[in-house]
Amino acid sequence: MNNIAISLLSILLSGLLTQNFIFSRFMGICPFLGVSKKISTAFGMGLAVTFVMTLSGTVTYLVYTYILAPFNLGYMKTIVFIFIIASLVQFVEMALQKYMPALYSALGIYLPLITTNCAVLGAVLLVVDTYAYQTLAEAVTFNFSAALGFTLAIVLMAGVRERLETAPIPEFLKGFPIVLISAALISMAFGGLSF
Amino acid sequence: MNNFTKGLFKENPVLVLLLGMCPSLATTTSVINAIGMGLSAMVVLICSNAVISALRKCIPSKVRIAAYIVIIATFVTIVDMLLKAYMFSLSKSLGVFIPLIVVNCIILARAEAFASKNTVWQSVLDGAGMGLGFTIALVIIATVREILGAGTWCGLPVTTSGYQPALMFILPAGGFLSLGLILAAINLIKGGKKHE
Repeated sequence: MNNIAISLLSILLSGLLTQNFIFSRFMGICPFLGVSKKISTAFGMGLAVTFVMTLSGTVTYLVYTYILAPFNLGYMKTIVFIFIIASLVQFVEMALQKYMPALYSALGIYLPLITTNCAVLGAVLLVVDTYAYQTLAEAVTFNFSAALGFTLAIVLMAGVRERLETAPIPEFLKGFPIVLISAALISMAFGGLSF
Repeated sequence: MNNFTKGLFKENPVLVLLLGMCPSLATTTSVINAIGMGLSAMVVLICSNAVISALRKCIPSKVRIAAYIVIIATFVTIVDMLLKAYMFSLSKSLGVFIPLIVVNCIILARAEAFASKNTVWQSVLDGAGMGLGFTIALVIIATVREILGAGTWCGLPVTTSGYQPALMFILPAGGFLSLGLILAAINLIKGGKKHE
């Protein structure tokens, strides 16, 4: 029992810090650059991604282990997984709209964007491809920690960008160049954690 | 012809439209990887554009995104399996980013914005142009990163022996930094033109 807890904790920490999805694996860069202008929206996006990733991690693991793998349909994984994610996002959107309108109005606009967030598909494919996460608990923890890492990264970036708004920046660096350079600096700090 | 050339520079998907950021940062540690990634995406883009454009009158608009994703995923799976069979080392170094072409925003964006409204031939040209523009952008980023980070280009040594490679450019931080500086350089060139 103790061993399981320790291995889950190490998966959680590595996803959050040393193997951060944005800063060391380069997944989910599009929403990271697109929705990180304000801390509140960045946090909303992070929450929505965490919700969908944990759910999709569970569903894809079960589908792969009990349907695709026994019938040797492993090569169908990309098509099946993206279909699961797209329908899950649609389903979550409808469910939230009906049962939790408050949460829906907070997360609503971010949900459709999640289908094309490569962190979601990337995480579920990594679980299947690397064979490092054998049990359901490990796979779900991996997805959850990747999503937490994404949230941490996007909220940190939004904090930096809010300050950049008022900073005096040379004309040619305004907009995306300065954002990418700040991301490089944050990424260096995260790189320090993995040594 | 304009449909082909606009993707190369004027509407370059990475450097101007800022689409498809993930592969353009993750796979540009070496020029070989960049070319492999760019050409794989280009093949998928041409095929999916052609099929989507041919089916544009049959796909109901309510489920069009789901239909596009299934078409794109089919071609990505084909490319993935071909690479695994004939270029195993390349497929190994690109890793999970080959299946991730499915969620590359460039491909879905071209399907939605161009292929669903134009003829098959026009869409193929558009896909080829956009794919080539993507490849060019990847090669530019990879050139900067590989020369500074490893002192080589396409595996060939280009710097003098006294040059100490700056490992940082191969690391993730270098990806963000190189792209940031390249975009700044483009802004500088464009700004210079405006003032004239």
